[in-house]
Amino acid sequence: MSASLNIIGELAYWQQTGIRVGAGLAAVLLIAGTLVYLHLFKLVSFMQSRLGPMEAGPFGSLQLLAEVGKFLQKEDIFPRKADRFVFAAAPFVVLMSTFLLVVVVPGGPDAWFIDTELGIYLAMAVSSISVIGILMAGWGSASKYSMLGGLRATGQLIAYELPLILAVIGVVIQAGTMNMQGIVFAQAEGSIFGWDGIGNPYILTQGVAFLIFMIAMQAELTQAPFDMPIAESELVSGYMTEYSGMRFLLFFIGEFATAGVFSAVAAVLFLGGWYIPGIDPNDNIMNVLGPLVMLVKIVGLTFVVFWARFTFPRFREDQLQKLAWKVLIPLALANIVVTGILKVAF
Amino acid sequence: MGLVPGLIKGLGVTGGTMLRTIFPDGLKKPIPNPVKGAETVQYPHEKESPPTRARGVIALHEENCTACMLCARECPDWCIYIEGHKEKAPPRRAGGKPRKVNAIDRFDIDFALCMFCGICVDVCPFDALFWSPEYEFSEPRIADLLHDKSRLAEWMETVPAFEAYEAGSEAKVKQVPPT
Repeated sequence: MSASLNIIGELAYWQQTGIRVGAGLAAVLLIAGTLVYLHLFKLVSFMQSRLGPMEAGPFGSLQLLAEVGKFLQKEDIFPRKADRFVFAAAPFVVLMSTFLLVVVVPGGPDAWFIDTELGIYLAMAVSSISVIGILMAGWGSASKYSMLGGLRATGQLIAYELPLILAVIGVVIQAGTMNMQGIVFAQAEGSIFGWDGIGNPYILTQGVAFLIFMIAMQAELTQAPFDMPIAESELVSGYMTEYSGMRFLLFFIGEFATAGVFSAVAAVLFLGGWYIPGIDPNDNIMNVLGPLVMLVKIVGLTFVVFWARFTFPRFREDQLQKLAWKVLIPLALANIVVTGILKVAF
Repeated sequence: MGLVPGLIKGLGVTGGTMLRTIFPDGLKKPIPNPVKGAETVQYPHEKESPPTRARGVIALHEENCTACMLCARECPDWCIYIEGHKEKAPPRRAGGKPRKVNAIDRFDIDFALCMFCGICVDVCPFDALFWSPEYEFSEPRIADLLHDKSRLAEWMETVPAFEAYEAGSEAKVKQVPPT
């Protein structure tokens, strides 16, 4: 047990909780801000051969503050027939799911929010809460566009929840634990045919699961090509149509923070998490380096998400469901069977 | 092309564009310089020069105008306002009778209404209206977009000189007055 944990362990419960809440806010909001600036503003602009924001701060780096300021000063409009409580609460439910999701992600041997045996199971469970928030937004707005968007989102999120979870099961079988720290350690201590230079990141053995996880993640985030729920050409903005100001901002933060947090989960499951090859994973230095390694992996994975988002056109609703039920789920089930057989055989 | 190669090719297109934008000198000299690589121009700081014959704004050559009102009547938006009066002009030949010519007191175009169709330029029988490639004439107040004849005459200086039609064409050569 390292010194840093001892310091935290000596604090009162409320002090520990305060530190964890602060770190959680920083982990979600800073990552979301980084992703929006780096990917949405810049790299996507470069993909379209333009520069993106350039005026606010050097290379437009303060554009995000300007955007937040703009949203904060806007009027908070409620539609006349809206179900006021449901309408007002919906963005918070969506954001809550993101904040609950981040608590299972470890950043180092002692840099974790909660260390529970449920781990990835908890993550998959709380990520489903956002469906309720989106359905609340769709229903509470008392608008046709919002309602249709909410229903489409619900159908899509439920359909892609299954391949997401089934893809994770392969990793859980191979690691033999659902604890996120345990999965990182299993990868760090693994070896590739006796060579343990870089451990054994599960992307090598669970490549199929990784592919399924990334596709299902794209759909869970309702990023294009899976953006039927907010298809702007037919549904204005789907379940977000009636939102303005602060509440729209919350949906916006939720979208990109969830992209970052899901990428963090994928990094832990498939890319070896915070482990650096060659450094003892129990070393105290990993509590500093680990979060940085995670940040690099998150940025890398979200880049793939945004790359696909700005490359592919939108799926039709039936194609969307077909991909989930006829391709991804059978593939994920087959992956589980093969993983299980190989686990028993070796 | 199959499904998966098509998907990968699509990613290649966007990814390739990104790399070309970040590294305009090619990957062998990887110096990130997106300002050079991007196709776009950072407008207020650097300006693109529009094509010579760009239809930017309508300029007025006041001496040619006879206040015949054809442009004002043909304008689909009714955005041209003309007022004129008759003047005595010296006779063409010595000993002749003084001529009566129309002079304009007011020639305003409301660019808040104008839709830049160019019908007035086409319809003018005396070659008083021309297209200028000038495009920076926005105003903070919408009422200030009503530009008068002195402003329209200033744009006359930006009208490009006439270029001869290509050989063989027998079109009428439109006389651009010397500026």
